[in-house]
Amino acid sequence: MKAVVVGCGRVGAGVADELDRAGWQVLIIDQKSAAFDRLPASFTGTALRGDGTDEDVLRRAGAENADLFLALTEGDNRNIMAAQLGIEALGARKTVAKVNDPVRAEAYAHLGIATLCRTNLMATQILGYAGQAVPARPGVYVPENPHQHDAPVAAEEAASGTPGTPGSPGGVAVPTTPEPGGFPGAEA
Amino acid sequence: MFVLVVGGGKVGYYLTKELIESGHEVALMEKDRTRAGQIADEIGSVVISQDGCEGKYLHEAGANRADIVAAVTGDDEDNLVICQMAKHHFDVPRTIARVNNPKNERLFRHLGVDEIISPTRMILGSIEQDIPVHELLHLAALGVGELEIIEAHLQPGSPAIGRVALELTVPQGCSLFGVIRDGNPTPLKADTVLAEGDKVIAIGRPDCEVQLREQLIGRPDAD
Repeated sequence: MKAVVVGCGRVGAGVADELDRAGWQVLIIDQKSAAFDRLPASFTGTALRGDGTDEDVLRRAGAENADLFLALTEGDNRNIMAAQLGIEALGARKTVAKVNDPVRAEAYAHLGIATLCRTNLMATQILGYAGQAVPARPGVYVPENPHQHDAPVAAEEAASGTPGTPGSPGGVAVPTTPEPGGFPGAEA
Repeated sequence: MFVLVVGGGKVGYYLTKELIESGHEVALMEKDRTRAGQIADEIGSVVISQDGCEGKYLHEAGANRADIVAAVTGDDEDNLVICQMAKHHFDVPRTIARVNNPKNERLFRHLGVDEIISPTRMILGSIEQDIPVHELLHLAALGVGELEIIEAHLQPGSPAIGRVALELTVPQGCSLFGVIRDGNPTPLKADTVLAEGDKVIAIGRPDCEVQLREQLIGRPDAD
């Protein structure tokens, strides 16, 4: 199994390390080489400095045909673009983009990429911990038709909108993707 | 016509100014407050100091009634998102994006951006026309860039020299339609034999280029 991770922040480095330990072939890309200090010494994957929204850079790095393509930089738009490059140009089987703006997170799920919205995840967790009634704001939006960027707005129900309860790890909703296994790391 | 311009750099500024002068309704979104203030001092209250990538602010700026959204920030990823949000979230009939990395043109088009303007590609095309290279020259793009008009200058060593033009196996999606010999344009006839110095004009899809180059120029040159 091959994974491409764009953005070596805490989340990117952590996920890359876990996948590496689980035996995946992992490629992680970041603009700053200092970011790779977050990876443990035991990391056996490839860490590459470069722009993860540049198709040439991704191809040269061998990012084609990944089973999992994660766009986890600090920029919503960079993540959206990297994820769409992953799907449309590089044949990624499954992609996730971190999109902190809830409006964009939902809109792009309708356009066919799974999005992860930290804003909603955290707000839901905090409100739940404070004992407030939690509005239905999903932290993970999973598209119904993951590989059709121009799919009609039909992902509403597939958005797996169960907000996390304070006990569940990260409040990650269980994706209802048609592919077996769901998204690695999500609690089934 | 209501045009929503996103990005208040030089391009966005002059674009807004020109559109106002020609009597269109315009709104300009620029997230940098200082920059937005400068432009507002000069051209008035059409400037909205908000991030045009955020759905909420696009809505407030009137994206849902815009006839055209022009995304002209300096960042390709921002321009892509602005156009996609405009198109799919606000049903804007026409979206225009500025693209810096010419390689992004195809992705943007595939993702539904209506019109893509690449200053890099334009300048590159202009330079290519001025310098003699053993390469294919891009003379013009047709439509929204699905087809291009290409010129191949036949130099010694070209495998096409001495062959009947219409018998060359050109790639699918591409057609030779004329030759310029000694400055005179002539159509290809059944007996047109290509000669050194000929400029062969072809029209085709960008992905035909590699094969076309092999046929007309020979093996790709290292430089």
